[in-house]
Amino acid sequence: MEKANSPIGQSVDLPKPEVLMRLALSDNGFVFDPVAGNSFTVNGTGLAILRRLQHESDLDSIVASLQEEFEVDAMVAERDVIEFAGLLRNAFK
Amino acid sequence: MTAINVAVTGMNAVPDNPGAGLAVARCLREAFGDRVRIVGLGYDALDPGLHLGEYCDSAYLLSYPSSGAEALLARLSEIHESEPIDMLLPCLDAELPLLVGLAPRLAEMGIRSYLPDASQLALRAKDRLPELAETAAVGTPETLAIMHPDFFRDCGRKGWEFPLVVKGVFYDARVAANAEEASAAFRSIAAEWGLPVLVQRWIAGEECNLTAVGDGTGALHGEVMMKKRAVTARGKAWAGVSINDEDLAGIAHRLVAALKWKGPIEVEVMRDTKGGYHLIEINPRFPAWIYLSQGVGRNLPALLLALAFGRETPPLAPPRPGMLFLRYAQEIIVPLSSFEALMMAGRSAQESER
Repeated sequence: MEKANSPIGQSVDLPKPEVLMRLALSDNGFVFDPVAGNSFTVNGTGLAILRRLQHESDLDSIVASLQEEFEVDAMVAERDVIEFAGLLRNAFK
Repeated sequence: MTAINVAVTGMNAVPDNPGAGLAVARCLREAFGDRVRIVGLGYDALDPGLHLGEYCDSAYLLSYPSSGAEALLARLSEIHESEPIDMLLPCLDAELPLLVGLAPRLAEMGIRSYLPDASQLALRAKDRLPELAETAAVGTPETLAIMHPDFFRDCGRKGWEFPLVVKGVFYDARVAANAEEASAAFRSIAAEWGLPVLVQRWIAGEECNLTAVGDGTGALHGEVMMKKRAVTARGKAWAGVSINDEDLAGIAHRLVAALKWKGPIEVEVMRDTKGGYHLIEINPRFPAWIYLSQGVGRNLPALLLALAFGRETPPLAPPRPGMLFLRYAQEIIVPLSSFEALMMAGRSAQESER
């Protein structure tokens, strides 16, 4: 697991970058892991976060980018990222 | 050009535990069309593959492996006289010890094969897996050969906590959650496959399988990997998806190098919840899901044929993860005369008899 710090200093565990990078993402929210053979579905928010996590590990930048796209405040965006990171941890133990 | 006659066993394409023969025949047909003539070999007139004319040009019944090597050789000689076999491609584990021993005599008759030798075959046997795994630096769950189900009454005190996997020497593996389930599995497996029965520690995780062809020098060709997505009550794949797992491929390369394996192979591993790999089994044949190899552009039965005949091997597509296979049940209609011919003469009806 990779650790990243949230803007308010909270530590967030993320799956390894190489695991996130290998995921095949479809615009409709279908996610396929070509190594493990598992598939998932994510909603629009999850897809937006996953796309960002594939290229960015800095949570400040991710939250700022989500704020810009979804017009939400930083707290909401950060909460979504932290919650989604928990789901990713379970999916990629 | 004269077609190559390839005899393929394992036509028991039954739903809960299918043999690979029909899928192998399908791969060969799609690779070579009429340039290959497929002789289906089975043990039961109800083996569905024997009745599927699009894949089996003719069909014969064999004597069961328990009848011994000489009976099998005599039967293969009869078939060979009826229609010359250029190559024999066995698809059932229980046949391998006999056919490996018979390979030189079959070769003298003009029947070629592409198989490991007896020592290579023995090294990958289920009861010797820990030895091989250590050589190839691969983890494997501890395995114990037992002769009596009483073992399960107090196995916890010996350090063997449930759940455990109860396995036959050749086939079958059942997860047992308690002593009752384990004893029932023991009796069923012992009745079908004989003693000893193997007990293996259960690994929590996901099963992934790899199939490929070894050329006898230690090199592995054309690996195709699959993760099961749906299984039958006996744990056999009913649906699966191709994957590309370099760690699994590395394990298979090390095992094949250690064995100097020749012929088809299937490597079964469990990937635990921490990403560790545990070798479960090595099967000395193609798996029933081998048609997936054609689906991902790596037709392994066609590759095997090329290697066996010393011909240029077909090009292999790059790994193509994300191709699914889905099995389905379908009926075929068989005239009584076809069934009768197999039952009474041990061979499919000739054209004139249909």
